[in-house]
Amino acid sequence: MSFAVERATRASRAGAAVAVPAIFALATLPWWGESSWMRTFVEFACLLTLAQMWNLLAGYGGVVSIGQQAFLGLGAYALFLLADHAEVNPFLCVPLAGLVAAAIAWPTAKVVFRLRGGYFAVGTWVVAEVYRLLIANASFLGGGSGKSLAAVRPFTKTVRESVTYWIALTVVVAAIAFVYLLLRSRHGLALTAIRDSERAAASQGIDVDATKLWVYIASATGCGMAGALYYLNTVRVSPDAAFNVGWTAYIIFIVVIGGIGTIEGPILGTLIFFLLREALADYGSVYLIILGGVAVLVMVRFPRGLWGYVQQRFDLRFFPVQRRAPLDQPALDAAPLSATSGTRN
Amino acid sequence: MLSTHNLTAFYGDFQALFGIDLEVAAGEIVAIIGANGAGKSTLLKTITGLVSARSDAVRFEGQAIGGRAAHQILSLGVAMVPEARRLFTSLTVEENLLLGGYLKRKGPWTLGRVYKLFPVLADRRRTPSTALSGGQQQMVAIGRALMANPKLLICDEMSLGLAPIVIKSIYDALPAIVAEGITLVIVEQDVGLAMRMSHRLYCLQEGRVSLAGRSQDLSREQVSAAYFGV
Amino acid sequence: MTGWLDTLIQGVLLGGLYALFAMGLSLIFGVMRLVNIAHGDLIVLAAYLALVVVDATGMGPLSALVICVPAMFVLGYVLQRGLLNFTLGGDILPPLLVTFGLSIIIQNALLQTFSADPRALRLGGVETGSFHLGGGIAVGYFPLLVLGVAVALTLALELLFARIPLGRAFRATSDDPEAVQLMGVNDRHVYGLAMGIALAIVAVAAVFYGIRTTFAPTDGPDRLLFAFEAVIIGGLGSFWGTLAGGIVLGVAQAIGFRLDPGWGVLTGHMAFLAVLLFKPTGLFPRTK
Repeated sequence: MSFAVERATRASRAGAAVAVPAIFALATLPWWGESSWMRTFVEFACLLTLAQMWNLLAGYGGVVSIGQQAFLGLGAYALFLLADHAEVNPFLCVPLAGLVAAAIAWPTAKVVFRLRGGYFAVGTWVVAEVYRLLIANASFLGGGSGKSLAAVRPFTKTVRESVTYWIALTVVVAAIAFVYLLLRSRHGLALTAIRDSERAAASQGIDVDATKLWVYIASATGCGMAGALYYLNTVRVSPDAAFNVGWTAYIIFIVVIGGIGTIEGPILGTLIFFLLREALADYGSVYLIILGGVAVLVMVRFPRGLWGYVQQRFDLRFFPVQRRAPLDQPALDAAPLSATSGTRN
Repeated sequence: MLSTHNLTAFYGDFQALFGIDLEVAAGEIVAIIGANGAGKSTLLKTITGLVSARSDAVRFEGQAIGGRAAHQILSLGVAMVPEARRLFTSLTVEENLLLGGYLKRKGPWTLGRVYKLFPVLADRRRTPSTALSGGQQQMVAIGRALMANPKLLICDEMSLGLAPIVIKSIYDALPAIVAEGITLVIVEQDVGLAMRMSHRLYCLQEGRVSLAGRSQDLSREQVSAAYFGV
Repeated sequence: MTGWLDTLIQGVLLGGLYALFAMGLSLIFGVMRLVNIAHGDLIVLAAYLALVVVDATGMGPLSALVICVPAMFVLGYVLQRGLLNFTLGGDILPPLLVTFGLSIIIQNALLQTFSADPRALRLGGVETGSFHLGGGIAVGYFPLLVLGVAVALTLALELLFARIPLGRAFRATSDDPEAVQLMGVNDRHVYGLAMGIALAIVAVAAVFYGIRTTFAPTDGPDRLLFAFEAVIIGGLGSFWGTLAGGIVLGVAQAIGFRLDPGWGVLTGHMAFLAVLLFKPTGLFPRTK
């Protein structure tokens, strides 16, 4: 019996054939699209990036944080600090904000990882609150009422919007690519092993603490960039907005409804989130009640979310991260066995 | 009193029991033996309600109890001394025993009588259950099950991890229990012990009954063959 | 010097309220290992419930407890058996995410129903009366009452867990949820009772909270964080620990507030993080 380990699926090849030209088409949007489309896309890209980062941590790593808004806010304020006070090019600040967030994530992890499980989750929220309060008390950063980004004033509206848009496109594609490639690597295997059983993973020689730390830092980096990007787009920030736990609420809803533990899930979830928001725009907070209700329902009845259900039913994977070993004996059933990874429960 | 009919059990997609038929008559002592993984624990879990089964597959005193909740099955009179004792770690000896009597079922077994059966526990009634020796913990586990005044008592691998002299003292307590009219099912890894202590015996092998009969009529060779599936 | 003593006393009294916030959470952690993200929002919900009862019946807020406590008990039982029981079972995500969802639903439902305006429960003057201990230190009657209730409740919960069969069942369920069923304990029902009791305590906390300060639909998350911090500072597994944790938190906040009004809550968070760093099991953990 011989077999080769396969990665790609028919769907992933088809998907790649569609996605690559689509990304190129999107890149040309500033020439033929309206301002509002670009702004909405930037918002979409931020949420999708945040969702992928949270999913990496929770869905694949088993580390549930409800305080990633800490890094979003830190990234946003890094932008304002570097651009307005250190006169760094505001567009360059987006990746720099990611680095700032990463730098702060390291000591943060040292503290919060002393807690486990649900306690860890609430602990991350406390930390986010600490950062919020520290910044709200810093008057040079605008204090509680926030501030506007002066550094973009020299640029024309067209330039600002287009460059912001392109950065958004780059960030979201890079984020998805990063998650995809990470999960395909042996680090990805290590991560899902840790999620499934820390003890078993440790006994296989995986350094559990180091892996969790690195994933936490990676996730923080992505959140930091998304934060800087979002507030570059809106040009105005305040601590209550940037560090709001509502960000985590949106992200969780997106990931849970879309499909936790899959890469396609957050994409689907973000689309649903935006569609729902458009459809229910006139209803105020009812929109959030419905979103919350749907998330609760999905969590209890369809814990693997919409995409998880589709994936299970139709064995459809656009981002194949698992390895399959098809047996090539003609007497056996032609369908390859798939060793599923990246699925919860 | 207790009977199973073509009992099957699954853990997700994995089938652990493949149609077990057994019977226990009132007042009997029946032993169930088998290697690790043969399905003994699963069988007990389906009887006591921790694993679901077809309603009709398990009958107790004429009622179909398969798939019912564990606490309901206890209220009908089926109690178990679980494998590895499973005492409540944050409770003392006396609290563990009192918890056994949670349903306040009527019967001869009270806290006092349990202390009479196992006097060493009376001296240690306020000790945390974790501070006892293996044999003492087994006594607490038995006493706790007795406090429920069951009609049928199932003892799952009581000899596990105990020294022979301790095992003997545990099993020496059984006649007093049976004398009150409690029917006993004992699951044991120690085949000789099981054969000596029981009237009848079932042997499980890979989820099926491989041998059944009166303990004194079965030969060691028959039992070995059934045990290992040779 | 008396200034700092006054701060200490005010902090201890504030801690009584925080201990009330935290008791229900501590109970649920203990019995079910459930982290209820909606806990703070349930406090706010209970405060609005009390408001509705007071407006509808003309009763005083403390008398309204006669209705609110049983009502919240029933809500807790139904919530647990109708929804939260299905999230229990090993994985930490479902209870976390479902209670997070609940939190958002409650906040927004309250916003829709009552608007964002802060409301308050009035006790007719008693809330501002105080003893004067000399040296300019005043001990308010009402905060003292709250602390007294917190201590009494702690005592009651400790007795419940230590002496009564139900309390034994709670502890045993926490130790081994499967084996406890073999004792005839209906674990689904026990979880329901635990949540019911927790929300009954929440009702008491909510009324005192609503009397002491104003409340608004989005106040839930902060209450949760204070409750959570009180439990962790105090140490898991003991109600006296939770009481102590609440008091430590109250004192920390009072000290911070005295240093700079913007620092009150932040100092509390710092105290929490300090405990995490230097004594992660809390100040008074009960070892199992």
